[in-house]
Amino acid sequence: MKLQKFPRFLAVVILFYAVIEILFKLDVVNGYLLHIINLSLIYVILATSLNLINGITGQFSLGHMGFAGVGAYVSAALSTLVFKLSPSKPGDMLVFVGCIVAGGLAAAVVGLLIGFPSLRLKGDYLAIVTLGFGEIIRTAFNNLDVVGGPRGLLGIPKFSNFTTIIIASALSVVVIRNLIQSSHGRAMLSIRENEVAAELVGIDTTRYKVMAFTFGAFFAGIAGGLLAHLIQLAHPTQFGFIKSVEVLIMIYAGGVGSITGSILAAFGLTFLSEGLRLGIRSLADATGLPIGGEWRMVIYALLLIFIMLFRNEGLMGTKESKIIELPEVE
Amino acid sequence: MKKSILVLALLACVSLVFAQDIKIGGIGPVTGEAATFGISTKNGMMMAVEEWNAKGGVFGGRKVKLIFEDDKGDPAEGATVYTKLIQQDGVVAIVGTVMSKVTLAGAPICQANGIPMISPTSTNEKVTLVGDYIFRACFIDPFQGTVGANFAYNDLKARAAAAIFDLGNDYTKGLAENFKKQFEKLGGKVVAFEGHPSGATDFKAQLTKILQAKPDVIYIPDYYNDVGLIAKQVRELGFKGPLVGGDGWDSPDLVKIGGTAVENGFFTNHYSSEDTRPIVQDFVKKYKAKYGAEPDALAALAYDAMYIMLDAIRRAGTTKGSAIRDALKTTDLNVVSGRVKFDENRNPIKSAVIIEIKNGKPVYRTTVNP
Repeated sequence: MKLQKFPRFLAVVILFYAVIEILFKLDVVNGYLLHIINLSLIYVILATSLNLINGITGQFSLGHMGFAGVGAYVSAALSTLVFKLSPSKPGDMLVFVGCIVAGGLAAAVVGLLIGFPSLRLKGDYLAIVTLGFGEIIRTAFNNLDVVGGPRGLLGIPKFSNFTTIIIASALSVVVIRNLIQSSHGRAMLSIRENEVAAELVGIDTTRYKVMAFTFGAFFAGIAGGLLAHLIQLAHPTQFGFIKSVEVLIMIYAGGVGSITGSILAAFGLTFLSEGLRLGIRSLADATGLPIGGEWRMVIYALLLIFIMLFRNEGLMGTKESKIIELPEVE
Repeated sequence: MKKSILVLALLACVSLVFAQDIKIGGIGPVTGEAATFGISTKNGMMMAVEEWNAKGGVFGGRKVKLIFEDDKGDPAEGATVYTKLIQQDGVVAIVGTVMSKVTLAGAPICQANGIPMISPTSTNEKVTLVGDYIFRACFIDPFQGTVGANFAYNDLKARAAAAIFDLGNDYTKGLAENFKKQFEKLGGKVVAFEGHPSGATDFKAQLTKILQAKPDVIYIPDYYNDVGLIAKQVRELGFKGPLVGGDGWDSPDLVKIGGTAVENGFFTNHYSSEDTRPIVQDFVKKYKAKYGAEPDALAALAYDAMYIMLDAIRRAGTTKGSAIRDALKTTDLNVVSGRVKFDENRNPIKSAVIIEIKNGKPVYRTTVNP
């Protein structure tokens, strides 16, 4: 597979990075806003990688955060260990990258292991298996004393920052986009469109489903590792079923099968949830109404219902923006 | 465009009016799995702030503006909320939050920004070890073992004690070990010290062994569901003496499971609404009038945490983080849950209440000092 570099996409990423960095230096963007941007970027990785499984290959996975959990715990356990042995050294960033990639690889291995037996299943049955898997991961962390058990893994060094997160995020979008455009990606798309027909033309459907799961799990693991190093804590409850559903909502709101949609929804929904917090606060301050921040989740849910009612294919449908559109393959 | 300028101007006016106020951040899980905890916490904090404002503010006539945020009981959400309060709202101190896992996500942020924080109810020992800006208003788990031993030795006049605990749970193990240490220090004898596996429902093997050693009292620092079963089985085996435990007993289900077996049972807790001290009765009366419900331990501790923080700011006479931190360290204050001072790890040294199970109801028995 030849790597396409998406000049327009990279230009947009670099521009976005530069603008935010400058605004941050000028104090226009404060730490809070930057934190939300960081979270959004991590959700971009989670949503695009889940989209590879759910949207492109048409498999219904409910355990995506389980993979993120594997990545988070493995990378955080490694980096805390290194950090404990030698508090600080020049190669810190290299160690961090190594830990994050190791987390991603561990998640990919788990994705592969889960994939082989379970991907012979279809539809609802697969959803149940992935749901079960996610819960197994969460429960396992809850009972593993070496990684803190129910208290969570603590004292993770804060390596994730805007720069590292945006690089990881842009890289995963580029790689996933390339994968989709390759012959492997075409095979995955054919499984989504009609699995029987795909099999009839000679596509090894199980192999491609496992491949989608492994790739998806790898990037989820990367995202999990970044998240753990951002909030300096890995806790079993962060990787449960509810969290997987949050990512699922993002890809449905953005459009199943559209990477652009996943990116937009990851930013949109993360900002919406925080924006409502500020909006409700100023509304309460201005009018004196006794409404608290807890109402934001009600409005958030209402908005989601409206998106699904009036645009049930999601914001983007299956379309892609020109920015990450590839030249047609001959 | 015009509208947004208008809104901006309005916001500017609003912020000018409040410029004199001291902004304090409050955090609690008012939605999610621990929503009842969060609402009690919010109520407690709001009540404390209103009282201080009614008294004329913290210092120099400066009133408190509480900015309360929901953390959903989720660590990632907690990190966002802590960042928001500090970076967006510019609070000078934070009171929060309830669950240890969320507090642990927030504590490094407060420490890095030099913002003093006090958690009302996070009992995980590691919370305050994050740094010197991090305090808590509740006692930590092992401390209850010490208080339990004092009570068994001094009030129950027990001289031979036994303990049974969950091998797979730090909380119960820690309590049992501290109970043993303190009880032996007081001159008592721990005649049996038995662990049981997590999730066990039959404890007769351990209990038979314990009863052969003839203890005056049995210490059971388990959670209420295990306690109910253990109590039933130990009574069946013929033990009539008192049973003592920790705040894991604090559930209406204890009596439902244990029935009459948990009578003559005592446990340590943070606070009791039946405590006769005037400060407690005053708090309970005001809380009931305001919210129409009996204040639970979470409300009391949130109220206390806010009081401790505001008292420190008053003594510091400034809103500078390091000054507030230093003032917090020298806290010596009578609050609803007892008299509070901080040890070198910023954990409170304070009294605990003993609750007795009497006729199927938990009643206040006494207050025990460490």
